[in-house]
Amino acid sequence: MSAIRVRDVWVEYGDQIVLEGIDIDIASGAFVSVVGPSGCGKSTFLRLVLGQESPTRGTLTLDSTPLPAEPGPDRGVVFQRYSVFPHLTVLGNVLAAYEFGESPFLAKLFGEKRRTASAKAKALIDAVGLGPHAEKYPSALSGGQQQRLAIAQALAKEPKVLLLDEPFGALDPGTRTQMHQLITPLWREHGMTVIMVTHDLKEAFGLGTRLIAFDKRRIDPQAPNRFGARITYDLDLTRDGPVPVLGFSKPVNQLPSVGDDADQ
Amino acid sequence: MRRAMNIVPTPGVRVLLAVLPFVLIAFLYVFGSAERRAANPDDKLLPPVSEMAATITRMATEPDKRTGTIVLWADTAASLQRLGLGLGIATITGLTLGLALGVLPLVGAGLGTLIAVISMVPPMALLPILFIVFGLGEVSKVVLIVIGITPVIVRDLALRTQQIPIEQFIKAQTLGASTWQATLRVALPQVMPRLIDCLRLALGPAFLFLISAEAIAAENGLGYRIFLVRRYLAMDVIIPYVAWITLLAYIFDFVLARIGQWAFPWAYVGERR
Repeated sequence: MSAIRVRDVWVEYGDQIVLEGIDIDIASGAFVSVVGPSGCGKSTFLRLVLGQESPTRGTLTLDSTPLPAEPGPDRGVVFQRYSVFPHLTVLGNVLAAYEFGESPFLAKLFGEKRRTASAKAKALIDAVGLGPHAEKYPSALSGGQQQRLAIAQALAKEPKVLLLDEPFGALDPGTRTQMHQLITPLWREHGMTVIMVTHDLKEAFGLGTRLIAFDKRRIDPQAPNRFGARITYDLDLTRDGPVPVLGFSKPVNQLPSVGDDADQ
Repeated sequence: MRRAMNIVPTPGVRVLLAVLPFVLIAFLYVFGSAERRAANPDDKLLPPVSEMAATITRMATEPDKRTGTIVLWADTAASLQRLGLGLGIATITGLTLGLALGVLPLVGAGLGTLIAVISMVPPMALLPILFIVFGLGEVSKVVLIVIGITPVIVRDLALRTQQIPIEQFIKAQTLGASTWQATLRVALPQVMPRLIDCLRLALGPAFLFLISAEAIAAENGLGYRIFLVRRYLAMDVIIPYVAWITLLAYIFDFVLARIGQWAFPWAYVGERR
C-alpha cells in the first residue's frame, strides 16, 4: 500500500506564496501526471513528497503516517539531470542501492553478498534494456540510457512511491516514446504509486491514470507573489471516452494542432 | 590561412617542439659559460658543464669527510622526508575538513569563515613562531609545509564538494544512504581527482616552504646545502642541486597526474589533452 494524502499544504518563501491550500488524496498504485505552467510549483509539490522540502503549513502522509522531512528509501526519484553517479559504472550505480542498505559502514559489498546483489542489479539493468552497457560509465551513455539507468537505480529499493521530475524532458521524441513504452510495464509490475511532473501534455495524458494541473487561480498585478498555485484540474484518465480538459474535447490522440486553428 | 587555434601539431612535431626550448637553453648556457671562461679563467658565475658534473658526481658517490654520509643522498632523504610528512598530513587534514565543510552545512557555517581567514595568514610570517614553539628541529619545518598548503586544499575540496549536484545527494538518500555513506561513496570519490590536482599545484608551494625553512635553520637538506655553499659562490653545486630539485618535483607531478588518470578514468572524459 502506498496512498498519499495531502491536507491543506502551503509553501511560502518569505513573501512569496508558491502553493496554497493543496488538498489531494492519491490512491495506492496510481500514476499521477502533474502539469502546469513553468514556475507554478509542480516541482515544489514533488519535492514536498520527496522530503527535500517541508511545507510551511499542512500535512503530508503516506499510508496514514506523516512523511519524514528528508528523502528516504520508500520514495524513489528520477530527476531530469544529474540522477546517476558519474564515478560509478552502470552496474556500480545500481549496486550502490544494495550496498547502502546492506553495508552501513563501508557501503561496499564483498564476496557472496556482492554476487547476490550483482545478480539482482543485473536483472534490473536488463529490464531497462541496458544489459550490454553494464560496465560503461554514465558519460559513455546517451541521455535516454542515463535515464533508463536512473530508473533501474530507483527500482532497486522497490520504493512505494516513484517520483519523476520531468524525466524525459531532455530526450528526443523517438527516445521519449521508447521511455514511455518502458515505464508503463515497470509501473504495473512493481505496483508503485508514480507521480510524474511533465511539460508534455501528450505524455501526461498518455501515461497517467490521473492528471492534476497546478495554476494560480488569482493574480494580483501589484503583488504577483501574493497568491500561490492551487490544483485547477483533477482528471480521472481511466474512464473511457473523451476527456474534457483545457478547451479540448476530443480524445488525446486526435488533438488538433495549433497550426490547424490558425488556418481557419 | 587557418586560424591559429585550429593548427594542431602532429605527435612528431609535438616532441620536437617540446625538446627545442631545452636544447636552446642548454646551448645558451654552454655558449655563455665558455665566453665568460675565455674572459676570466676564475669565473664562478657560469661553471662549465664538465665542472658541474664532476662536483655532483663527487657529492653523489663519495662520503663526506666530516659526517661520513654521501651528501647528495643524505640531503635528498632529509628533504623528502620533511616534504612527504608535510604533504601527507596536509592531504589527510585537507580531505577530511574539505569534505566535512562541503557535505555538512553545520560545519560549513561553523568553520567556513575561520578557514577563509586562516588561509590569508602568510605562512612564512608564522615561521618564527613555529621555531619558537617547536624548536629548530624537524617538527617546525613539517608544520610550516602543513600550514602553508592545508588551507588551500581544504577550501578547494570544500568548493568541489559543493559543486556536486544536490540531486546526487538526494538520490543517494532515496537509495537509503546515511550521511556517512553518502560522503564515502558519493562525495569522496568525486573529489579525489580534484585532490590529485590540488596536490600537483601544491607541490610548488610545498617545496618553497621546505627550502625556506631549511635555509633558515637546518643541519641537512637540499635547501640547506644550497644556502650553505652560497657563501663560497659554489655555482657548480647550486645549479645541479636546483636542477635535481626541479627534476624531483617534475617526477612527482608526472606520477600524480598518471595516478589520477589511471584511478579515475571517468573524471577525465571531457578534457582536452
